[in-house]
Amino acid sequence: MIKGLITIAALFMLSLQATMAQDDMMNLFDSQPVTEYTSATFKSTNVVIGQSVKVPAKGTMLLNIQHHFGPVNSGFYNFFGFDQAVTRLGLRYGVTDWLAIGIGRTTQNKTWDGSLKVKLLRQSSGARVMPVTVTYFGLMGVISLKNPENNRYAYFANRLSYVNQLIIARKFSSALSLQLIPSYVHWNLTETKADPNDILSLGAAGRIKLSNRISFNFEYHYVLTQKIADAYHNSLSLGIDIETGGHVFQLFLTNSAAITEQYFIPYTDGDWLKGDIHIGFNIIRTFTIVKPKEFAKY
Amino acid sequence: MNMKRILVVLAVFLSFTVSTQAQRYITKSGNITFFSDGPLEKIEAVNNKVNAALDSQSGMFVFKVLMKSFVFEKALMQEHFNENYVESDKYPVATFKGKVTNISDVNFNKPGDYQAKVTGQLTIHGQTHPVKTTGTFTVYDKGVKGKSQFTIKLIDYNIEIPSIVSGKIAKEILITVNIDLKPLKQ
Repeated sequence: MIKGLITIAALFMLSLQATMAQDDMMNLFDSQPVTEYTSATFKSTNVVIGQSVKVPAKGTMLLNIQHHFGPVNSGFYNFFGFDQAVTRLGLRYGVTDWLAIGIGRTTQNKTWDGSLKVKLLRQSSGARVMPVTVTYFGLMGVISLKNPENNRYAYFANRLSYVNQLIIARKFSSALSLQLIPSYVHWNLTETKADPNDILSLGAAGRIKLSNRISFNFEYHYVLTQKIADAYHNSLSLGIDIETGGHVFQLFLTNSAAITEQYFIPYTDGDWLKGDIHIGFNIIRTFTIVKPKEFAKY
Repeated sequence: MNMKRILVVLAVFLSFTVSTQAQRYITKSGNITFFSDGPLEKIEAVNNKVNAALDSQSGMFVFKVLMKSFVFEKALMQEHFNENYVESDKYPVATFKGKVTNISDVNFNKPGDYQAKVTGQLTIHGQTHPVKTTGTFTVYDKGVKGKSQFTIKLIDYNIEIPSIVSGKIAKEILITVNIDLKPLKQ
């Protein structure tokens, strides 16, 4: 009996010693704390209709198909907006992990756009603590309509519009990310003389994870300066993100018919309260053009 | 009776002192790749920042791997891996705590290849599961190289494959370990 106890005790001590030795060996690795960078603050480069803080990874190309149907309250005759649509095709390429260039074309006014996304700060914890991720987004739009009879586009500069945004985001938990989007929009030539050329706005957007592959997203832009006309409203969009491997599908409701920022920040004409909303979707497909160096051999 | 007890205590005490004197080998730049060959999606990832340590006396063999250090061929896969599969924010580290059961067969003073049997506990995604594998130790002038390959089942580590891609992604993962251990200076 006692013999048995002693043997058990000895075995226990030996196994205890073993785990102690293993833990002791594990401690060999804890030399200095590492900086852990936050990833996937937003899973897509768009929160809903506008830009998220995300810059595509180095060597990846994103194909973005964006679609905003006509207003739902246009009734059965227009099949609830299905008959009209604004569409944009866009390509964006990650030159480095912090710089992406993009090109796109929207049906509205046959507008081409060139854009730049630059990641300025990365949220991190550990050795270096940074509370937020900050990305600059710049876009230039070129209207490619033929010069109308009133000679509106006599000068090329009259076709140009600009967007500058500083996107400040924080991933609070794996389920919640929020961002603030101060924006500055400039039109070289406005519709009427009374319209302001410069529009400032402050946007807020967020992502709430519902499951590993589905999230609820919202985006709101509040125009701070004089509104272009009373007919225009602040842009509000609510959507669902669905991820499947290489694709992100975004389905949403928005009061903005327009797709790019220089249009939807000042020129959102829909009123949510009147049911003047549009169904829309984005399909974002990721292609890997340049593989990481670890895979260069293939 | 008392004599025996003293002997046991002495033995335990002695083994303690022996193990602290033993030579340890360590690396912080080991290589682990994993590979899964599903019918539609081939997934491969590389981690070149693997921590590993071996005690040449007791055969204690431990690994510590930062999950976020795995690099995938496609950046999006890497994001999915960390965000949806292994939940790296919640479980940042994978560990292996084990033992080379035939450590006495390895002569650390004589260069050459030695077959090794390894058993231990592998913890990934907060789940611990026993692992048993064989590998090779190659003793050379600068240290000892280790090589092994084994498979793990995702289900053992509570890693779920969503129904939308199940059938496209393999349920078993082939893991290849390549480490170059150098003597730890005391």
